[in-house]
Parts: sequence; structure tokens; C-alpha cells
Amino acid sequence: MPTAEKTLDEILNLAAAHFKVPREKLSPDDDFFKTLGIDSLQALDLLTKLENHFRVELPDYELQGVTDFRRLAGRIQARL
Amino acid sequence: MTKALSHKGKAMSFECQDGVIELVLHRAPCNEIGSLSLDELEVFARAIESLHEPVHAAILYSDMKAGFCAGADLRELYERSRAMEKEESAKGVREFLERIHHVLNVIDDAEMTTIAAVHGVVFGGGFELALACDLIIADKTARFAFPELRLGLIPGFGGIPRLKRDIGNAVVRDLLLTGRSFNTMKAQQIGLVSQVVAEGEALRAARAAAAQLKKFDHQTAVTAKHFIKPIPTEELTREIDIFCELFSRPAVQAGLKKFVESTDAQPYLP
Repeated sequence: MPTAEKTLDEILNLAAAHFKVPREKLSPDDDFFKTLGIDSLQALDLLTKLENHFRVELPDYELQGVTDFRRLAGRIQARL
Repeated sequence: MTKALSHKGKAMSFECQDGVIELVLHRAPCNEIGSLSLDELEVFARAIESLHEPVHAAILYSDMKAGFCAGADLRELYERSRAMEKEESAKGVREFLERIHHVLNVIDDAEMTTIAAVHGVVFGGGFELALACDLIIADKTARFAFPELRLGLIPGFGGIPRLKRDIGNAVVRDLLLTGRSFNTMKAQQIGLVSQVVAEGEALRAARAAAAQLKKFDHQTAVTAKHFIKPIPTEELTREIDIFCELFSRPAVQAGLKKFVESTDAQPYLP
């Protein structure tokens, strides 16, 4: 199982690539809605990418209130 | 060669070529189904009902980047119901549901193999449109959900009876009662999606399937389809009644208002 830090790093890389944002502009505690400039449908698109990448299933109600990469990584880590 | 059959509308267009109809949904932002889409779906249904020559397949897909279809047009539903007296609004909702049920029953029962080629958002009424089709081919970006409970409603376009027809009741309950969404891989695991393809490949795969279908005797294919895929008529009728009962409650207006007026970044999360 990857470490929590590695999971977080992979999420940041994936988000940067998917939404075409320079990786160095993303930080673990950023509000990803604001930093990536995405709405809830795009957030679901990101969730699908992450589920496919990590091969996990993450019910989206577990993401209610989760807006930063670090907590998102925590939710994914709990399913690995 | 099959006689040309086509329609170019504001919400969708379709064309029949060599025994295959392709219906493309193209109403921004994500093919929300309101009165305009319903009118055009009825044009499609009438075209299917009045075919004089065998058509082997119909492919339904979306040109919108966000996905196949985000479901009912909740803004229109809210504005219309707000502008009407309670009884008039209830009557309007029932009429809308009866019309959309007729369209989906025509697609469900069509004398051809119907294929939903989906990507991105496949929510609510969009999911129900896909469920009326015989095959669902999904790319890896697709996400399925019935978020209606958060509005105080159940799916109203035939979703629960058709989902129950295809998959186990336990998964139906999970989807319905939690309002959660799930991805293509999960959809294939539970037997909802028959083929999973790479991003952007669903239409190509659907066309390949349609080309394969044309090799077989049309009447045999229609007979096989009707044998294994009966329409759950009784439950569909009951669904309309339940939806209308729920719709009359103040909680629904409050739920619709909350959604329509939301500035929350996560209105699509349950």
C-alpha cells in the first residue's frame, strides 16, 4: 500500500494533468474547487479519474465537505 | 438501403442510415430533459413507431463534454411549479411523466436493438434514458446516479423498475437510498454496463456493435429482445403515482428551491 504522502502526491499530479494546471501551483491544503476552478460536475470527473487510478470505490457522499487535497487523499487512503 | 429519416432539433438530432439510427443529444449544459427535450424525444418516438422498413439498431449518445445527460431540467420544473397553483402544477407533472414514460416505453420496446453510448454524467433522467436501451456501452469517464431523494422525490422516468429488471435489489437500494454515484467499472461489475471502453470510444464501440447486429435476422433479434426484456408496466404505472404523491409535498419545493438557488460548489454531491 502506498504511503499517505505518496497518495497525496499522486492526486496532485493527476489533478494538475487532468485540469492542465502547473503542478507547482497546487498545494496539499488548497481548496481544489478554487485552485482548479472547477464545479461539482468536474469534481465528480476528478473522482472518477482517482477511482480508476487507485482502483478504489469511493462513495461521493464521503466527499461532502471535503475541499482540500489532503483530506481527499485521506479518504482515498482509507480505501486502499 | 433504408429510407432516410432525420430530424435536426435544438436539443437533439437523429438520422437513419443503412439500418442504424443515431440520436445525438446536444443541449447545453448537459442535455437536461425539460419540455423542449421531451417534445423532441416524442418526435424520435414517433419516428420509431412509424418505421416501414426494418431498422437494426439505434444508438443514443451525447455531444456534450459534461456527459450523456444530467437528468430532468430542475430549473424548469421549479419555475413552472412555482408559477402554477398546486393542483395545476400536480396535473402538469403527471402529464409530463406520462409523456416521458410513453417515449421511454417506445424506446424500450422498439423493434431494433437500442444502444446507449455514454460518457461523463449519467444522472437521474439521463440514467433512466440509458436504462430504456438494450445495451449500455460506457467509457471510463461515465458516472451513474439517482440523486432524486435529496429533492424529496424518487426517480420518475421509470428508473427503479428498469434498474430492478437489470440488477440486484441490494444495489438498487444503495443507489436509490444514498443518492451516491458510481463509476463505469462498478457499473460493469454489477451487470449494468455491457462494455467498458477508453475515454471517447463509446460511440465507436456502439457503431461496431450495430454493424454486428445487422448480420443477424431482424425478426429473430426482435423476438429474442422481447422474450428477455419485458417492460415492467405495472411498476412503471405505480412509479408515476408515487412520484406525484411525493411531488405535492412542500419538502419537494424546498428541495428544488435549494438546488436551483444553490451557490454551493457541490450541488451535485449527495
